[in-house]
Amino acid sequence: MRLLRIVPDDTKFDFMRFRRISFPISALLSIVALVAFLTVGLNFGIDFKGGTLLEVRYPNNTLDIGDVRSKLETLGLGEVQIQEVGSDGEVLIRVAQQPGGESAQQVVAGKVRAALGDAVEYRRVEVVGPRVSQELLSYGIVGLIAAVFCILVYLWFRFEWQFALGASIANFHDIVLTIGFMAIFQIDFDLTSVAALLTILGYSLNDTIVIYDRIREMLRRYKKMPIDELLNQSINSTLSRSVITHVTVTLALLSLVLFGGRAIHSFSVTMMFGVVLVGTYTSIFIASPLLIYLGVNTRTMAEKDAEAKAAKAEGKPAEGKPARP
Amino acid sequence: MLYFSKWKALAIVVCSAIICLMVVPSLLSPTAFEKLPSFMQRKIVLGLDLQGGSYIVLEVQQNDVRQARLTQLRDDSRRLLRDAKIGFSNVAIQGDAVIVRLRDGNDGNAALAKLRELAQPIGGVMAGGGQLDTDVSLSGDTIRVAPSSAGLQARTIQAVSQSIEIIRKRIDQLGTTEPSIQRQGSDRIQVQVPGLQDPSRLKALLGQTAQLTFRLVDTSVNPQQALQGRPPAGTQVLTSQDNPPQPYVIEDRVLVAGEDLTDAQPSFDPQTREPVVTFRFNTNGARRFAEATQQNVGKPFAIILDNHVISAPVIREPILGGSGQISGNFTVQQANDLAILLRAGALPVPLQVVEERTVGPGLGADSIRSGIVASIVGALAVALFMIATYGLFGVIAVLAVAVNVGMIFGILAMLGATLTLPGIAGVVLTVGIAVDSNVLIYERIREEARAGRSAISAIDAGFSRALATILDSNITTFIAAAVLFYIGSGPVRGFAITFGIGILTTVFTAFTLTRLMAAVWVRWKRPQRVPI
Repeated sequence: MRLLRIVPDDTKFDFMRFRRISFPISALLSIVALVAFLTVGLNFGIDFKGGTLLEVRYPNNTLDIGDVRSKLETLGLGEVQIQEVGSDGEVLIRVAQQPGGESAQQVVAGKVRAALGDAVEYRRVEVVGPRVSQELLSYGIVGLIAAVFCILVYLWFRFEWQFALGASIANFHDIVLTIGFMAIFQIDFDLTSVAALLTILGYSLNDTIVIYDRIREMLRRYKKMPIDELLNQSINSTLSRSVITHVTVTLALLSLVLFGGRAIHSFSVTMMFGVVLVGTYTSIFIASPLLIYLGVNTRTMAEKDAEAKAAKAEGKPAEGKPARP
Repeated sequence: MLYFSKWKALAIVVCSAIICLMVVPSLLSPTAFEKLPSFMQRKIVLGLDLQGGSYIVLEVQQNDVRQARLTQLRDDSRRLLRDAKIGFSNVAIQGDAVIVRLRDGNDGNAALAKLRELAQPIGGVMAGGGQLDTDVSLSGDTIRVAPSSAGLQARTIQAVSQSIEIIRKRIDQLGTTEPSIQRQGSDRIQVQVPGLQDPSRLKALLGQTAQLTFRLVDTSVNPQQALQGRPPAGTQVLTSQDNPPQPYVIEDRVLVAGEDLTDAQPSFDPQTREPVVTFRFNTNGARRFAEATQQNVGKPFAIILDNHVISAPVIREPILGGSGQISGNFTVQQANDLAILLRAGALPVPLQVVEERTVGPGLGADSIRSGIVASIVGALAVALFMIATYGLFGVIAVLAVAVNVGMIFGILAMLGATLTLPGIAGVVLTVGIAVDSNVLIYERIREEARAGRSAISAIDAGFSRALATILDSNITTFIAAAVLFYIGSGPVRGFAITFGIGILTTVFTAFTLTRLMAAVWVRWKRPQRVPI
């Protein structure tokens, strides 16, 4: 049987030369993302904005959006968004947070139910009060920062500070681009989006580390090789793996986007963008060339190994060598 | 790297199999599940987003705790001073303290000593922390009695614990299956009721304190006038829930309260056929009610629930039997719910709903279906691609991933964790990422072979070099999953759990099962050439 081979053996792409293109592109995209975030803004879901959300289904083509709208407008609930979703007679009704504290939110769902009657199916009703939404937002932000920080510390222990910094910059870039993407396409930003961002972070790092691992190994082995060439070789030798893993993750995500249902649709789409489009690009074109600017060279590893040797002489285990079971 | 002793190999296989088998109880019918020995009665719980139901978060407001405590302190201060025969001109709640004005400034120190009795050490005498729940201070002829913030905090926590008990009693009366009632943080209670489609009745049941009191009506003043001006000392104006609301002047003194009820049942008035609630007092309540009705024949008394007058009948004759009925133009359901509330007892403070999520059974079923379809399609696509790319080694990878997924569900069952739709997404994503460990190994093997190693030595080196990378890259992803677990709630936490477990099982299978399968194949075939 002939096996599928996507990347030929011994590729010799000069990835480092691309940094003169990829860095300006990334800088530009980051600015676009930031501008979109600051001007258009994120489409906060009720998790973070508070308010009421109802998903209602009208059976047997009885949906009349105009009728729904006129029924809800008489309730005087302020800003009401009505959106038809799917083709099955389903509508999403979003009612903005009501003035008057926690208890004011609680009557909204009841009023909408009374207005629309019992002939429809209430598939989902969510009410988030102002205090909870405030907390969820701050938890989300704190969580993202905490995750980046923990990972940075881990990398610093495991690699050199240059690697930790490089990975962090690259990841920050991923998150900025993904948030920009969500702002431009007005994808619902809710708790699952924070989950998506954290997963993108974890996955993209995973990818970066595989390459960094190889770079570290090469730095130890080829003490005389110029850094550009060494980085190129590291990326080329892991290229086949990058591409194949990329394909498998894409396949898994694609099935989530296509068949996973609307409840996780924004999650899947965000992941698709962050992992498939941004993550891999970042590891190859941003995270690795960054090491040049951060001053990584063969001496970096030599110093570290000398330290490790000294430590070993004192009876501590050396770092960087795989333990053999 | 490729040598496994027989025992080690056996341990790996048995261990993986046992973890996978943990999922079996979750697949059994409820009756078969009951028959299992208790240590096997652990199963995956479907999240409310999959099985449908209501999720409600209630909050104890610290302000309510403060008000309840202040009222208590006011009444206790009056009682203590009266008992000690210390004259005072006024005891009233002002802002966040009770202010006591003494008639004679010379009583200051005596009164202070008396009122200091109100302050109790936080956590009871046994805790011995020394911190008091109430601050009492004297200046001139006024004494300020104020609950301390630490004291209020302790009381909030206590109020949450008491409320959980009462909520449980109330919900059990609804006859729903497996409700879950948990504390969330210091001042919140999370209630999950699977299968409940319209939480309005639940919210109505939980939203009432259900503080029932029997008090006398003051007929010396016209309630309308009292409403405009000031009600006489020791009374207040309360209204009925009629339309328009009817005002009554009610005495502050409580004849009998809800605590003294032993039973309450919905029934019908034999004469009017109207739904009513019949109740029975305990001995103490019965005695007090008998006394009160004996002394006040011909006067009206009021039955008050949460500061609303339900009814205000005139006492025609002393009620000595210790039982009675409450009528108030109820519907059958209202009578039923009131009986439930009275039986379960009053909440120490009002609870406020701060979050509510309800998923109908239709959406839940749709989510399960899309979750299953997405999983199958995703897994099949990844499996086919792996086999197309790596042939026999692809099959090994697919087997390893299959065991991996089995282990994820096994561990979920073992932990009794909740599976949500994002959780299923986590499993699908794990499938995508778990094969990465195989890809890393195989690509490394190919590289080593190209560098001129023999087949067996290339496979050996491929494993040992790739495993270090796998460990590094998965630890970082795991950190992200762990953070997500801590900050997330509900569905997001469900994702963090499956994703986190998935990372652990991925590393485990890469280090053991994949390697074992490769080792068995190498020993069997003695390959001269790397087949990938």
